Amino acid sequence: MLGAMQATSIARPPALRRTRNAGDRIGDGVLYGLTALAALIGVLVVFAIVWRVAEGAWPAIRLYGLSFLWHSEWNAPLDKFGARDLVIGTVVTSFGAMLLSAPLSIAIGLFLSELAPPWVRTPVGSLVDMLAAVPSVVIGLWGIYVLAPFDAQHVQPFLGAILGWIPIFAGGGDKTPSTVFTAIIVLTIMTIPITSSICRELFLGVPTELEEGSIGLGATRWEMVRTVVVPSVRGGVVAAVILGLGRALGEAIAVTQVIGNFIPLKHTIFAPGDTIASRLANQYQGAISENQVAALIYLALILLVITFLSNLAAQRIVKRFELQRTGGS
Amino acid sequence: MEPKAISLRATGRGRRRLFVNRLAEGSAVLAAAVAVAALGIVVWSVGSRGAGALSLDFFVKGPSSSFFGGGGGIAPAIVGSLLLVAVAAAFAVPVGVLTAIYVSEFSSPGVGRQIRLWLDVLNGFPSIVIGIFVFALCVKVKMPLLGIGHHQSAIAGGFALAIIMLPLVARSSMEVLGLVPDHLREGSYALGVSKWQTVLRVVLPTSLGGILTGTTLAVARAAGETAPLLFTCAIAGQLVDWNPTHSVQSIPLTIFTYSESADPALHQQAWAAAFVLIVFVLVTSLAARLLLDRSRRRLGLQR
Repeated sequence: MLGAMQATSIARPPALRRTRNAGDRIGDGVLYGLTALAALIGVLVVFAIVWRVAEGAWPAIRLYGLSFLWHSEWNAPLDKFGARDLVIGTVVTSFGAMLLSAPLSIAIGLFLSELAPPWVRTPVGSLVDMLAAVPSVVIGLWGIYVLAPFDAQHVQPFLGAILGWIPIFAGGGDKTPSTVFTAIIVLTIMTIPITSSICRELFLGVPTELEEGSIGLGATRWEMVRTVVVPSVRGGVVAAVILGLGRALGEAIAVTQVIGNFIPLKHTIFAPGDTIASRLANQYQGAISENQVAALIYLALILLVITFLSNLAAQRIVKRFELQRTGGS
Repeated sequence: MEPKAISLRATGRGRRRLFVNRLAEGSAVLAAAVAVAALGIVVWSVGSRGAGALSLDFFVKGPSSSFFGGGGGIAPAIVGSLLLVAVAAAFAVPVGVLTAIYVSEFSSPGVGRQIRLWLDVLNGFPSIVIGIFVFALCVKVKMPLLGIGHHQSAIAGGFALAIIMLPLVARSSMEVLGLVPDHLREGSYALGVSKWQTVLRVVLPTSLGGILTGTTLAVARAAGETAPLLFTCAIAGQLVDWNPTHSVQSIPLTIFTYSESADPALHQQAWAAAFVLIVFVLVTSLAARLLLDRSRRRLGLQR
């Protein structure tokens, strides 16, 4: 086809306008149409998810309204459903995990970008990335049979003895294996790879001249990090933590395996609890009534809105930050 | 010997600064050690508990039918996982790669940014919500199309996994397509080749390695996902089943249900299944990552 086209265009120069023969016009059109359709599907799926979940939740929204958010009872036979304790559980586990994971992840990012020699950097970086590849159900399995007993026997009594006078750390001596605290540890492990790998990229992007300038002025490495590296990418670090938070908010399987699936919530993290995602995962084997199905989908909608907002915020910050960094050049 | 040798040891404030620096460096090393140790402990626990339970029977037999009998296997779950991942890839790979081609070859930068943004949003959705979406779309509701609907099926589960895979495939393909040097495209146009032929014969073959490895990473991720299957493909028979309109067992769900059961023999099986899954996922993603680095370097050098 190619040869023929060239032959004709050489033989008849006036026909140069029509070098695009019918086959190519159709081919271009078809490829454009197919790829545009595919791109459209990708975007449509997002809206289909939001629409369909909202529609599925509609009966429950009509029945319970916004008060769903501050009622705590979850009683399937009586058709009474409220999400308060689940929302609180989600917030406590996710933010607790962030309190542990954010400093660790930033430190790992610094280690991998500023501190470690190249021959350590690559393998350790790959290992941290591999932690992200471990399926959540495997982390959960490990959580139930290895982490939870260890927590119950050693960590919780220890923390309870030191911090037990603060109400949320009470009851550490009870040695309960399935607790909110165990879920926090599991979520910490699962969010570290996400946050730390973004932090590493951010820190690597800080111009070397700035770092060298700081060292040249006599700063120690820590002073350089504190005064130059971290401030210049602060927004990006916040976004990295929010992206990790999004993962923690939505994690269902590993949490449901270790948290004990119990509400009403106690006032301590050393007791069983529940989260939105873990309640969803826990009830898959069959809902009793249409109302319960609708209430579960309502929960999914709440989770969707929370993660959607937090992710969008993170994307915005990252975008603005990228613009800032590449703005001038 | 009158002028005293000046001591180079830091004193006072300088000493404190150096000490703080040491402390900070130490904490960073410690943090990295914690992450690596977490991976090590998880892998070691699974390996030490799971590897011992592996046998030929474990791969070729179904779950033991007797109440207390151990010795069963996870053949139906292995077959089911293969089926689910195949269905998912059949949905996600064409759509993802075509989306990437649209963004890198056809769309304006603004539209491309929008598509990237929405794919990132999709990637951030909790996987359990995607499972519930598919449940509301084609499990709960009657949908005579394709013989699915009103019951769980491997197609429904695969579709849910495809939604997980789509942003991963599309984003990694976009990245690789963006690395294809423009002079290859320009050379092709200069020879009078049309756009679609350029895309199919020059751009795609150049980036095929990268696209395949990106797809492999997405497959490894999908193979380990449990949450999207809970509502879409969870209640299944005990036999090996190749029919995608039936609900099938899968390795992640087997681990999940066994881990919550009271029977220690099933815990043993859960560890063994976890070992199989983790070996598959880690080996695949490690291999894909190495290949991706290689093809990225090759494309980068051509620039």
